Amino acid sequence: MTDTTSFDLIVIGAGPGGYVAAIRAAQLGMKVAVVEKRAQLGGVCLNEGCIPSKALLDSSELFALARDKFSLHGIVIEPPHLDLATMMRRKDEVVRKLTDGIAYLFKKNEIQSVQGSARLNGINPAGLHEVLVTVPETSHTAEWQQDLLAGQTSTVILSGRRVLLAPGSEATELPGIPFDGQVIVNARDALCFDQVPDHLIIAGAGYIGLEMGSIWRRLGAQVTVLEMLPQVLPTMDRQAADTLYRSLRKQGIQFKLETRITGVRRIGAKAIVQFNAGTGSEEIDCDRVLVAVGRRPLTAGLGLGEMAIKLDEKGRVVVDGDYQTNIPGIYAIGDLITGPMLAHKAMEEGVVCAERMAGQKSVVEYEYIPGVVYTWPEGAAVGNTEEQLKEAGIQYKVGRFNFAALGRARCMDETEGFVKILAHGDTDRILGIHIVGPRASDMVAEAVAVMSFGGTARDISLTCHAHPTLSEAMKEAALDVHKEAIHV
Amino acid sequence: MDIKIPEVGESVYEALLAKWFRRSGDEVKKDDPLCEIETDKITLDINADAAGILSIAVAEGTTVKIGTVIGLIAEQPATLQSSSIPATAVIAHESLEEDLKASVSSPSARREMREQGIVPESVAGTGKGGRITLNDLFSRIEGQARRSSEEIAVETQPQVQAAPTLPVSPPPVVPNAVSPQSPVIKTRPETHGSVRSEEAPAYAGGREERRPMSPIRKRIAERLLTVRQQTAMLTSFNEADLSQIKALREKYSEQFQKRHGVTLGFMPFFVKACCQALRQFPAVNASIDGNDIVYHNYHDIGIAVGGEKGLVVPILRDADKMHLYEIEQAIAAFVEKIRTNQLAIADLEGGTFTISNGGVYGSLLSTPILNPPQSAVLGMHAIQDRPVVREGQVVIRPMMYLALSYDHRLIDGREAVQFLKTLKEYVEEPEELLLEG
Repeated sequence: MTDTTSFDLIVIGAGPGGYVAAIRAAQLGMKVAVVEKRAQLGGVCLNEGCIPSKALLDSSELFALARDKFSLHGIVIEPPHLDLATMMRRKDEVVRKLTDGIAYLFKKNEIQSVQGSARLNGINPAGLHEVLVTVPETSHTAEWQQDLLAGQTSTVILSGRRVLLAPGSEATELPGIPFDGQVIVNARDALCFDQVPDHLIIAGAGYIGLEMGSIWRRLGAQVTVLEMLPQVLPTMDRQAADTLYRSLRKQGIQFKLETRITGVRRIGAKAIVQFNAGTGSEEIDCDRVLVAVGRRPLTAGLGLGEMAIKLDEKGRVVVDGDYQTNIPGIYAIGDLITGPMLAHKAMEEGVVCAERMAGQKSVVEYEYIPGVVYTWPEGAAVGNTEEQLKEAGIQYKVGRFNFAALGRARCMDETEGFVKILAHGDTDRILGIHIVGPRASDMVAEAVAVMSFGGTARDISLTCHAHPTLSEAMKEAALDVHKEAIHV
Repeated sequence: MDIKIPEVGESVYEALLAKWFRRSGDEVKKDDPLCEIETDKITLDINADAAGILSIAVAEGTTVKIGTVIGLIAEQPATLQSSSIPATAVIAHESLEEDLKASVSSPSARREMREQGIVPESVAGTGKGGRITLNDLFSRIEGQARRSSEEIAVETQPQVQAAPTLPVSPPPVVPNAVSPQSPVIKTRPETHGSVRSEEAPAYAGGREERRPMSPIRKRIAERLLTVRQQTAMLTSFNEADLSQIKALREKYSEQFQKRHGVTLGFMPFFVKACCQALRQFPAVNASIDGNDIVYHNYHDIGIAVGGEKGLVVPILRDADKMHLYEIEQAIAAFVEKIRTNQLAIADLEGGTFTISNGGVYGSLLSTPILNPPQSAVLGMHAIQDRPVVREGQVVIRPMMYLALSYDHRLIDGREAVQFLKTLKEYVEEPEELLLEG
């Protein structure tokens, strides 16, 4: 431990929450350092989550279109064959460009970045929080790293007036069934298979399981999803989830709901999954098991215990309205705290946390955070589900429009799904919008904007939507709230 | 219990509800300051008459008639209050967040309301469907900006050691003086040093800014211009050697302080000296009313004090009959009243002559402006050690320039000059005051 450098803010973790907070804080005039344990910036989102999965989803979608749909459009080609290595290289290239982009943004905003694992080290005599960074041997290979450590040894202590914890989360294992990185894998490994599995078993029908299942199903794998609950995507509006469920089964993904995995036996490169579905125990053969049953906050190794930082019963860090923990000067955002584990939620929190440090009264408006599942058709939603409104006893009206009745969707031959709008019974104010359909992820932006502006179903139906576009489904659904849809 | 705009004095019919210190839903205690109102004469705090939950009916920035109900305090049983007091701040914050959620507004408008602590129901939305737009918030935001610039002025203000005496009567250089600690600053979360830029928000414009005049400022402007246009004002100068008063003060200050609880300043000597001189030159204490000259057989001396919103001139009644310490105490009381927005119109009415001390700000020489219908005003200035000639020798003495502005319609130059000379003699030889008075 040789070098001490002091900062206004030290961010631990360069994922979507951490890097955004760092940039915003630097914009606000703070002197910022970021500690990241990976050689690449961007966290799970960029390196092994959102971005690489979308790269593979897009590639596999094109492959499936060429194989299954071109002929319907009158395009006759030889059946396409898969060059998985190239597909993976393209994915890696996409990731590399984006992580380099963050390194550039750090440089531009004069943010110091250090590769290493960070640990809170208490408060120094000057009253600053110390962060002990253990630098891996190979750190010099990280191109983005500033010369903060030039010529220094393996640990360094940074000190700062504030520390922001944004280390993210990691995949949870099934009890008693540890990851082995080859057969029993997490989503990160499933983005790097070197060949298409014969039979991929996925534990968990959440959005990660369904997206990964979609990729490998389109590329030719047999895919079976095992889910403990009686439904897929449990937090989604039931009608939307059911529609997606039907659509995925039609694509050949098999589901076993209300099923509990009791054990996995490895036999060479294969495995036998034992599960319990109601009555008795059953087994299936497979060559890969993807466990996507949830993620847990990465609290280990940060020195939270020594600092007596308060955690809740689920192991998440407890923060106040400023995202400050019970220790003054230590903050936390993103997957480490309560709320959905979403990159864009962490990004919002990063910005707001930095602004509140600077005395601004920003807040994250959690009720307008959209959620998306990137299957095909896609599912996207913002606000309350119909089930939530029923339970809360709120008077509501429903408007719905199916893509099957929409010109543009017909042209695209993407007729599955619908837009569903839930509006308040008296005020007409929109309480939730749920979309299953082509490019639902992009369409949900209109829903978020309208809801953020306190909009009503009438507001959407009085807004002109271009023809022919997918977005017309939004307008028709809004008209349907008052039973005035034109194209029904 | 209704919160009403109180009667503040004759000829005051309306007031500007300048600022709410508390929000709707806040729990208030009896006598907590609730809001600040501005009339064309004074600024006043309205305090809670009872404890309870505040609900605001009239938004700040609104001009209302005297007697208007501007809000309500819902009284609560005492037990409830004590249990919920510690959470007040949190409740207030959460209730604003709830209000914002319920409001029909854009994200940027909500952000601005959060930043400025504006309750959405206090804003009349002009957007589609009554939506609150940024434009609707502009005037409010500008009002806030004006106030915060005044707060900054406080910090840069030189500390006045002899607190009572404050600035020069109307010379337009009056600084935007002393503000009571404003709740705007109190409610703001601790801002950390260099981080927050102090730049005006982008929409406040760059090189210039336009803000409406406050009622007090408007009144000051009108009156100053009227005086210029309707009197024949000119100024005569002299200077006084304050060696003796200084020595007196040094000798007795400790004793005086102990006995009367106030520091002995220069002002009481000048007040006494003025009363003496006025007695000898009644025209200087007189005023014109139509075709008559009204001579006042009493000496009500106005003392110009720089207030938060502008200059005010509270009156020392029958100053000639007051003791030095009474004068000092009375002035200290006025300053405290101004600081806490408690000054009454009655404190400002009447007055036969005014003293204004620009010296506390370091003014070396100035020409004060009359406070009509008075006919003269004395300007005191900074005390400087200057070389003067005494008995053929150059010696160093603490000197002050004196300026007397007077209405030449009523007061002849001879009288004015003699008045000033008499005054000078009294302050140079304060023992004479004893013998005379």
